[in-house]
Amino acid sequence: MSTTEQQTTGTFAADPVHSHVGFEVPYAVATFSGEVPDFTATLADGHLEGSARIESIQLKDETLQAHVLSPEFFDAERHPVLSFSGELSRDGDRATVEGEITMKGITQPATLEGTIVGPTVDHFGATRVGLKLEAVVDRTAFDMKWNMPLPSGEPALGNEVTLKADLTLVAQEA
Amino acid sequence: MRVLAISGSLRRDSNNTALLRALREEAPSGVDVEIWDGLKQLPPYDGDDDLVPGPATVEAFRSLVREADAVFFATPEYNSSIPGALKNALDWASRPLATNAFRNKPVAVIGSSAGAFGGVWAAAELRKVLGAMGARVTEVEVAVGHAHEKLDDDGRLVDDDVRAALGESLETLLAEAAPALAA
Repeated sequence: MSTTEQQTTGTFAADPVHSHVGFEVPYAVATFSGEVPDFTATLADGHLEGSARIESIQLKDETLQAHVLSPEFFDAERHPVLSFSGELSRDGDRATVEGEITMKGITQPATLEGTIVGPTVDHFGATRVGLKLEAVVDRTAFDMKWNMPLPSGEPALGNEVTLKADLTLVAQEA
Repeated sequence: MRVLAISGSLRRDSNNTALLRALREEAPSGVDVEIWDGLKQLPPYDGDDDLVPGPATVEAFRSLVREADAVFFATPEYNSSIPGALKNALDWASRPLATNAFRNKPVAVIGSSAGAFGGVWAAAELRKVLGAMGARVTEVEVAVGHAHEKLDDDGRLVDDDVRAALGESLETLLAEAAPALAA
């Protein structure tokens, strides 16, 4: 399928109720995950822009939350926003966004990959696009180097963090 | 700008406290280095006493930390780690963790010892504890070995290299604190 087929033109903005942004990272024997509920995302003629307010990160434990917001991780006091900007390309239902992500004041290239659905008209008459994307980033490249050795000597926390965005984008009226 | 200076040693003729006195002499104008002497007055941490407000000496310590723009530590090394009294103070200060007085606070850590290594393990341990508390731990790393040989009989620092290292450490800490003040 051609990459020019079914291109999304016009401007779409994330519907926050039906969208989720979060992360996963290997921790000890399992996966540690969290959500960043306060975010915005827009898709304008194939250009995806997103930002998330770090202080809004929700974890299941306030002590862990305090640690993640501290200078050892996001340093939310000095770097309150995570941002992404990139260009969407589409091949059928496969979506790739090549761009840059900024966390903790450090900008690195990043590729988001996943699926795209739509544009399609919903039951209220609004035009929606679904974008489900992931990117794996090395947290140490963003100056987040904390770790703790397990009794085996292996580090407790993985360096490869999966950033996840499951977006419902709604066409904005011109 | 106010820098709270905390010695991990309670000993009257402490080398670490002597280093903090030298640090105070190196402070540029406009920077007030206050050496805290309340470490011995804190009760042992007890969750049953961890109420709001906490013990008076604990609340006074927390207030000093909150009001300081930065905190400078000099620690000895006991059994490859930091002195119990210093850890006790930090355990009190760290409560509750999410809003504790050291959160986002710029801190610097140096170590000294009578032996050759200058308390490097204690300093590393202290940096780890402060990082876990959410402090802004600077890159300062000064380890003063054979510390007693660098002080005269009056406890005055007579080693120019150590004095210069203290001055640079304070400069690093102040630079870290400056953006917070500008914000």
